[in-house]
Amino acid sequence: MRLGRRRVRPRAVLLAIGIAGLASLLGAALRALPPSGSGASAYGDLLVARSVPERRAQDVVAAVNFDYRGFDTIGEEFILFAAVVGVLTILRRRDDEEDVTARDEDASAARAPPPTSGAVRVLGAGLAGATVCFGLYMATHGQVSPGGGFQGGVVLATAPLATYLAMEVSVFEKIAPRWLIALGEGAGAAGFVALGFLGLLAGRAFLENVLPLGEAGDVLSSGTILAANVAVALEVAAGLVLLLAAFLAEALHRRLRRGAR
Amino acid sequence: MTTLLSHLPWAVAAWLLACGLYGVATSRNLVHLVVCLSVLQSSTYLVLLGVGWRTGATAPVVVAGAPPSAGPVADPIVQALMLTDVVVGATVTALLLALAVQVHERAGTLDPERLRRLRG
Amino acid sequence: MIDLLRAAALRLAAAAGAGVVATRDPLAQAMVVSFLGIVLALLFLLYQAPDVALSQVVVGAVALPLMILLTLAKVRRDAEEQRRAGARPRTGT
Repeated sequence: MRLGRRRVRPRAVLLAIGIAGLASLLGAALRALPPSGSGASAYGDLLVARSVPERRAQDVVAAVNFDYRGFDTIGEEFILFAAVVGVLTILRRRDDEEDVTARDEDASAARAPPPTSGAVRVLGAGLAGATVCFGLYMATHGQVSPGGGFQGGVVLATAPLATYLAMEVSVFEKIAPRWLIALGEGAGAAGFVALGFLGLLAGRAFLENVLPLGEAGDVLSSGTILAANVAVALEVAAGLVLLLAAFLAEALHRRLRRGAR
Repeated sequence: MTTLLSHLPWAVAAWLLACGLYGVATSRNLVHLVVCLSVLQSSTYLVLLGVGWRTGATAPVVVAGAPPSAGPVADPIVQALMLTDVVVGATVTALLLALAVQVHERAGTLDPERLRRLRG
Repeated sequence: MIDLLRAAALRLAAAAGAGVVATRDPLAQAMVVSFLGIVLALLFLLYQAPDVALSQVVVGAVALPLMILLTLAKVRRDAEEQRRAGARPRTGT
């Protein structure tokens, strides 16, 4: 331990020098920045003026995310997809690990956590139902009011979480089986890309808004923005539930095989 | 007040950057390190917030049928950038935490000082 | 009036960020980072960015502390197992 502390000293000096240099550069940069509140870009003003007449979308940020700059959102969704794949790969069951089964002495009934009380279970079930409603509302109303696919998807993902917290992990695994959730995530990611190809099939650009636009203020409006919202909500919700399931399985069900090391 | 407010976002962003950097460099626990990294990332949210803001602006939600807002509107492009920033920050943090779990399993410790040897 | 709120929220965010770094124990840090997430969401709301505020609330106050707690649960379980396995070193060569 003493050796570690002695070795930290030169590193702390280097850190101080580095932070001093960074601070001076930052200070100079911040002095040169225009004051906050002085202005946005002309692009932003243009989009705010054109979003309703061109796309019938009231929420300009959703229009920017899924229509005007939709290609960037495809990239962002694939970052999410790749991160979920990465976590599932890192936390996979290796050759020297095994799952704790019901027959092990570790998992006997005497060592199981006590079941939660009835009040908590009822509250959890009610909360899960309300959360699903709210998540679906937010995901489908992205073009009408603040919200959208990503926010609604994360809210949807908290519904299985609420059931896990209020009940046991076995209930969570029963309502959210791995294969179904993985299918949902793939469908969401592929659905967004398929939406882009819809534009190509209609003879126009990739990801161009080719579905009927409807009336501004309706849920069924702004063409592909609604469909993209739903696809993204599906992908994000399924991805987050997969992450949760992977971490839970790793924490609760996995252990090193006896005699592996 | 307005002069203070026009420079405060930059100052807070620089402060968060410095805090996060100090936390990452002097951390003795990998999970603590990952959380400090997310603090570092939140400094970028503040810079974007300050860039897209216009004094007296309203949210970029245009309600059709209502009288058009006479004043300035906050920049929707920069807000879309912030949204992407938040999403990507969360996913990268998840990946790093999974890595921390594996490091602990293989090396038995979460202390970056004690993780010395690189094993193939 | 709202400008006062904005300045106060900015200062609160700075304090919360410093608090996250100063909290060395990861379990306590999960709570402080959840607080930082909520303060940032409030800040985004005050700066007229409702979409971003919604995302920040669900990510910073729900998803992030959840992942930290699950990581800590797994690490604690592993440490207990290693202690039970006795003197057999896990690092190997």
